[in-house]
Amino acid sequence: MQGALRGRDRGALLLTDVFLVLSAFLASAVETVEALTIVLAMGLTRGWRSTLVGAGAATLALAAIVAALGPALTVIPIGTLRLVVGGLLLVFGLQWLRKAILRASGWRAVRDEDAVFARERAEAANAPHVERAGLDWYAFTVSFKGVLLEGLEVAFIVLTFGSTQGSIPLAALGAGAAIVLVVLAGILVREPLGRVPENTLAFAVGVMLTTFGIFWGAEGAGVEWPGGDAALLGVLAFVSLISLGFVTTLRRRKLAFA
Amino acid sequence: MRRFAKFWWDFIVGDDWRVAVGIVIAFGLTALLATTSIPAWWVLPLAVAAVLWLSLYRVAR
Repeated sequence: MQGALRGRDRGALLLTDVFLVLSAFLASAVETVEALTIVLAMGLTRGWRSTLVGAGAATLALAAIVAALGPALTVIPIGTLRLVVGGLLLVFGLQWLRKAILRASGWRAVRDEDAVFARERAEAANAPHVERAGLDWYAFTVSFKGVLLEGLEVAFIVLTFGSTQGSIPLAALGAGAAIVLVVLAGILVREPLGRVPENTLAFAVGVMLTTFGIFWGAEGAGVEWPGGDAALLGVLAFVSLISLGFVTTLRRRKLAFA
Repeated sequence: MRRFAKFWWDFIVGDDWRVAVGIVIAFGLTALLATTSIPAWWVLPLAVAAVLWLSLYRVAR
């Protein structure tokens, strides 16, 4: 796949690599903050051993998914890969963008990490203690499911975004850096990271996934972009502008309804 | 099996299936135009703007 990319402009490749790492980093940061809230609630309420075993098992499962599917994706011809994966990336990215626009304009509630934390702690405190395989099964399963479900979105972005650009390890690096950073912050403050501007990060991720979905997907469908790889910046500007425009319009509409 | 399929549907397609349908149609149109002498690069950006706005408007009307 690197061979297919060899003909591309070096500057454009550097630019797309930066976007690749940034997108994976930001998406991973958002999802890790959400997973951390669940893990912290379980750990502080039910004890750390079973909670951390659950989180660790989910992390291993996610790493196995990326390691197994990554090489499989690299054998698909680049044109087909960009059409199929670019399409998936676009549909998936539009989900992120749609949610972020609705939240930014007040049409959907912004996720409140402190409220989620309090709810998870209350549920954990009332759940019965069942021991399986020497573990508190409630803490293990909630922690496992929380990390696995939040992490699946990151794994999907790493695989789709990484494979269309021929650099899954680079995407994994961006995602891994965010996980380390957020977990370290969580260990330091020992409470949910409620001050992280999750929706702003999600908005940026949505814009980038949508931009690359359009760019790679169109190339896969046989399009030649005017200006070659430089058109990527044009697509990015277009997606950013319409998204910000939609936020402004919907915010005004919300105020008019109020 | 049904729950597995539903999970992946929710995961990839999400709240509004019309967005996915719109994008699939736009891809088809792009591929079709790409085989002619008419430029096809404008179809997807325009389709994204349209399906996104329609999807948002459905919530905010």
